[in-house]
Amino acid sequence: MARVKDLLVSAALLAAGRRRPKLHADREPIVPPGEERPGSELAVIVLLFATALFAAAFIAVYALDRLPNQTQLLGASLGLAFLCLAAALILIGKRLVVTEEIEEDYPVVEHESEQEAIAQVVADSGSRFTRRRLVKASFGVAGGVLGAALITPAASLGPFLDVEPFYATTWKRGRRLVDEKGKPWRADDIEQSTFYTAFPEGADKEALPSSVVLVRLPPHDFKLPKAIANYPAQGIVAYSKICTHAGCAISLYRAPLFQPDEPRPALVCPCHYSTFDPATGGTVLFGPAGRKLPMLPLYVDRKGYLRAAGTYDEPVGPSWWGVRMRKPKPA
Amino acid sequence: MRTRAAAIAFVAALVCAATAAAASGPSPQQVQQGKSLYGRYCLSCHGMNGSGVAPSRVIGAGPGRDQEQQNAVAPPLRGVGARAADFYLRTGYMPLQKLGLQPRRSKSPLSPSQMDALIAYIASLGKGPPVPKPQPARGNLSEGMQLFTANCAGCHQIVAEGGYVTGAVPPPLEDDSSTQIAEAVRIGPFVMPTFSEKQISDRQLDSIIAYVQYAKHPDDRGGWAIGHLGPVPEGLVAWFIAAVALVAVCMVIGKRLTSH
Repeated sequence: MARVKDLLVSAALLAAGRRRPKLHADREPIVPPGEERPGSELAVIVLLFATALFAAAFIAVYALDRLPNQTQLLGASLGLAFLCLAAALILIGKRLVVTEEIEEDYPVVEHESEQEAIAQVVADSGSRFTRRRLVKASFGVAGGVLGAALITPAASLGPFLDVEPFYATTWKRGRRLVDEKGKPWRADDIEQSTFYTAFPEGADKEALPSSVVLVRLPPHDFKLPKAIANYPAQGIVAYSKICTHAGCAISLYRAPLFQPDEPRPALVCPCHYSTFDPATGGTVLFGPAGRKLPMLPLYVDRKGYLRAAGTYDEPVGPSWWGVRMRKPKPA
Repeated sequence: MRTRAAAIAFVAALVCAATAAAASGPSPQQVQQGKSLYGRYCLSCHGMNGSGVAPSRVIGAGPGRDQEQQNAVAPPLRGVGARAADFYLRTGYMPLQKLGLQPRRSKSPLSPSQMDALIAYIASLGKGPPVPKPQPARGNLSEGMQLFTANCAGCHQIVAEGGYVTGAVPPPLEDDSSTQIAEAVRIGPFVMPTFSEKQISDRQLDSIIAYVQYAKHPDDRGGWAIGHLGPVPEGLVAWFIAAVALVAVCMVIGKRLTSH
């Protein structure tokens, strides 16, 4: 942190201390001075402020979120911002910068005097600008707001401070597991070498932690760490259906028909082929996922229904900076 | 004399097999022919009378002795019934070229009548499920699509074009007959999950098959289907067509500027 601060301070000092060498006041102009065009200059300034305005509109539309046709509005505002910027630049190039005819290529810059001559050409070309500081300021405003608009979508990468919802779950001890129509799953319904989707009874099915994938494995196949060794019930295990990599639904189950010849059972995410081992607590066998699948503890009640015995051992969903800091909280 | 008698018996068996195949139910001769075919194509992996070969055991210890007893291991075929035999033989999944490979659709070395005989023999090994008779005409297309999305599309893609899973290749379903789809759902070949009647009823299976048959030639409302493979070919089209068009525009602009 301290190093970053040092770097920033020194960069600021360097930028402030840098001065362009003054040009000789009594020099001969290379580019003939052009007549002033205040109309064009004003148009440039207006266009640059319009750029800033549309870029700000992009940020506003992005932040308001619940507008109808939001995507179209986002596209239109950012597109108009770039259009105005382009128009301003074209206007400067065509109408304001005094051009000189090029007769031959510039020689390779070697000498001080030649460098000075080029600096003079640049300075002379700006003779039409009367309100230089205003033009510069409007460029600064347009560039600054447009830059802010372009980095705004990064806010969607996740909340930086309000992370409490990431630890919340819809599961708690005693909640029955139901199918998508709300029918409770019985332990007898769950067969080997196939997979089922389940949700918590009476909770929001759309919530990220709700959906789980249920599979039954032969009891002697399990190799679970001690902390989660009692999570399966009668060989049935439940894992969060949301991949820990990018949050896709785990909709592939690799179930070998004849295990000696074939790959071992695994839950696979169709997006990037993260592959998880249901026998070892959802550890990653292959793919880009950085951590194991959250596992839901289960028990079978006296009537034979499957119930959650608590909540997951890990936070659900794609990984983020605090994912290993705490365990999820029951609802 | 003996060989001639054997030849006559063989020809007679073939004729009987052909007539029996036309009639319903396998004849003893057909089963016998199937048994000899079994000896030729299946025995080395599936063992005597379909008993299966257990995973290899280490025999003894010591120098040169701790090697595996068996390399060829395959599941027992007793009780798999005509359903599994029909599926694996008619798709050309079996006989497998090399052990440990995923069975893929291929040209079978067996003729259709030989397949009938071998299926009859394997069905005779033990009581097992018969070849299913699905009726996709009874199925409901929209229900079929929903069921296919929920249970099958993860691996086989939404229009059954096939896809990938780590360690295996879910095949495209374009060449599968209705019967083969019904068989595969119940058997779960290779690493495919097995769906019992409790999970997907026969009626629902009819709907799924109706959808798969529809998906072979779907109604492409959006226009160009580009192989129905989703965003990858669409991205390639964007690069190969749009990028080339942009480069062409750039070249035209460059030409005009230099000629000016």
